[in-house]
Amino acid sequence: MNSTLLADKSEASLKRFLNTLSPVDQVGATARVEALATRSIKTESKNWAIDLAIRMVDLTTLEGADTPMKVRALCAKGVYPDPTDLTVPSVGAICVYNDMVKIARTALDAGGGKNIPVAAVATAFPSGRASIEVKIQDTKDAITNGASEIDMVIDRGAFLSGKLGLVFDQIALIKELCGDKAHLKVILETGELVTLDNVRKASYLAMLAGADFIKTSTGKVAPAATAPVVYVMLEAVRDFYKMTGTRIGVKPAGGIRNTKDAIKQLVLVNEVAGPEWLDPALFRIGASALLNDLLMQRMKMRDGYYASPNYVTLD
Amino acid sequence: MNNFEYAPAPESAALVDIKSEYGLFINGKFVAPKSGKTFTSINPATEEVLAKIAYAELADVNLAVTAARNAFTKTWSKMPGAERGKYLFRIARILQERSREFAVLETLDNGKPIRETRDTDIPLAAAHFFYHAGWADKLSYAGQGNNPKPYGVAAQIIPWNFPMLMLAWKIAPALATGNTVVLKPAETTPLTALLFAEVCQQAGLPAGVVNIITGDGTTGSHLVNHPGVDKVAFTGSTGVGKAIAKAIAGTKKSATLELGGKGANIVFEDAPIDEAVEGIVNGIFFNQGHVCCAGSRLLVQENIQDELLEKLKNRISLIRVGNPMDKNTDLGAINSSAQLARIKELADSGDIEGAMRWSPNCILPKSGFWYPPTIFTGVSQSHRIAREEIFGPVLSVLTFRTPAEAIEKANNSPYGLSAGIWSDKGSRILWTAERLRAGVIWANTFNKFDPASPFGGYKESGWGREGGRHGLAGYLKGDN
Repeated sequence: MNSTLLADKSEASLKRFLNTLSPVDQVGATARVEALATRSIKTESKNWAIDLAIRMVDLTTLEGADTPMKVRALCAKGVYPDPTDLTVPSVGAICVYNDMVKIARTALDAGGGKNIPVAAVATAFPSGRASIEVKIQDTKDAITNGASEIDMVIDRGAFLSGKLGLVFDQIALIKELCGDKAHLKVILETGELVTLDNVRKASYLAMLAGADFIKTSTGKVAPAATAPVVYVMLEAVRDFYKMTGTRIGVKPAGGIRNTKDAIKQLVLVNEVAGPEWLDPALFRIGASALLNDLLMQRMKMRDGYYASPNYVTLD
Repeated sequence: MNNFEYAPAPESAALVDIKSEYGLFINGKFVAPKSGKTFTSINPATEEVLAKIAYAELADVNLAVTAARNAFTKTWSKMPGAERGKYLFRIARILQERSREFAVLETLDNGKPIRETRDTDIPLAAAHFFYHAGWADKLSYAGQGNNPKPYGVAAQIIPWNFPMLMLAWKIAPALATGNTVVLKPAETTPLTALLFAEVCQQAGLPAGVVNIITGDGTTGSHLVNHPGVDKVAFTGSTGVGKAIAKAIAGTKKSATLELGGKGANIVFEDAPIDEAVEGIVNGIFFNQGHVCCAGSRLLVQENIQDELLEKLKNRISLIRVGNPMDKNTDLGAINSSAQLARIKELADSGDIEGAMRWSPNCILPKSGFWYPPTIFTGVSQSHRIAREEIFGPVLSVLTFRTPAEAIEKANNSPYGLSAGIWSDKGSRILWTAERLRAGVIWANTFNKFDPASPFGGYKESGWGREGGRHGLAGYLKGDN
């Protein structure tokens, strides 16, 4: 908890603080992101952006059909995204369900990816509808198995019914479990919060409760990481830094499938939060299909023509 | 590269074919001026000469007005509205098809960023023709009686800040209502109007319906004073507007005037601050502040001034000033050395009168005409920079304590063109809008234009409205 902004840990003082936040005008926010989407990123800037985007990818598989072999394949891809070109950087992290953490960690360690963290979704992902005991156990399991990043979901039902203290306490509790063993990413599931005012409030609530990252979505709800949502979250981390001196990360997840969209995200980061956030330690993109499009574009920039999709590996 | 410096992303100047010399467009053809005199149009971002332009004198004005009169009596006034509408639709579609060409030419001739010509000026110009095309056969519903009539020959004089868009604002309603036109573009920005003349030829518009003559203020004065003119439409400075009003007093000529402004952008304490910052930036730095309805006076509630100004300065630091042809440029060149001198003189008066100047660090190009984005804080109502139109990227920041004081300050101006209101509270927005003496009031946005929305000013900001149903009134004589 950040004690400088809240008088105490009570729900009343939390609400008092959140009520001091300026409202968001949906039309204006959308107009701003549309204007930023017209930035034209070419030549060396594009090369730089593509490599940075690859380093920011949280390469993700979150399916009921995930198997050990599928996860191992994903890990191999994450370490060497393009086996024919070793100048391609590794991804930011591998993101899996709790029970796949150990498999992923082992595969990464064995395959040259010791430095790549494993992120586990936790706290009854994706709905968050479980008792706190279950959420605690979920998180403990992930950390014990080697997850160094925890992507927790908030209880949206509690948020929407005004039980902000409950949401806050759960985040603070999970943060305590993470301690210095794991980074905490808090998933707001903005598609269920709907309004940008809610996105701003939830962002601050998560940051005050101890989030290291705020993340848009689970990827299971549409819309996911829309540009106005990411814009409001980037404003939140920028202003939170001004208030506290602490830089919180942002992770859009879901819906960012091609290089153009990824570069638009980086432009938003650059011009809203600031260039300090252009770092995998402070900005990640939760994605699966995106990586191959980044690789295709990278090849195109290098060779001057589009190669057959068969030149990039499936996973 | 260790940060996200955007690499140059220039639009290609080769998209448009600029001729070395342009004649006057009279009676459907380009003709040489009688005197043979010419002047040049330059690219204000580089000071390179773009083309030689014909200089129209009285003899040429006579020809143009005669051509317009003939076209009016013989062709255009007899044509059914639906047929006129077809020409307007055709022009609108050609503008869309050739939009890139127009955008590039406008940026080269005016100095404004390609992002704006591409995304705002040219699409809106086409939209004005589409909108008015639809009116051409529905004029009995324009609120001017069952059978409203055109005036005849409209003399139209437009400024250099939105050359193509102002052309569309003038020509589209004139043609839709059955008037014919002699249009004079500004001396420093004639090129898109001359390209538009080619569009008129391409669309097969009957000869003489649109005539375009180029020149300076003297040319404009010949046109306004010409006895064959029935209607004058002018957009430009209040000084020239007053001169036109004097010139036509006592004649049969009717006039619409779109003049200067000193728009108040009012930010209340409950405003969405981040979006207000965007609106302030858009209000004063859009088109280098060369906007008659610019939000050039920021009125901010005193208790949020510090927070707002900090955010505003951070945001202004991100404005990319430079080559207007680069797709990432936000602020382009000042249109002329004369305008640059005017901006400098007025801004310097801000220093002298005790306001505090702030500009971000930005490197301005060596050639061409440039002025950095600038804000003055601690501005008083009595400072020149709070009263006179600067028409450049210079914002004056004033404060207020209560809503009533905001209204008083906003209305304390000889102008009354535009105003902005920023508040999250609907009732406060309505309360404020009711009391502001301004023709255009934006709530939680700024500088938004639509052909269906009437635009115009109170007080010394002008006569009449342009756009929407109200705009048609300026080109129609009612039968009641």
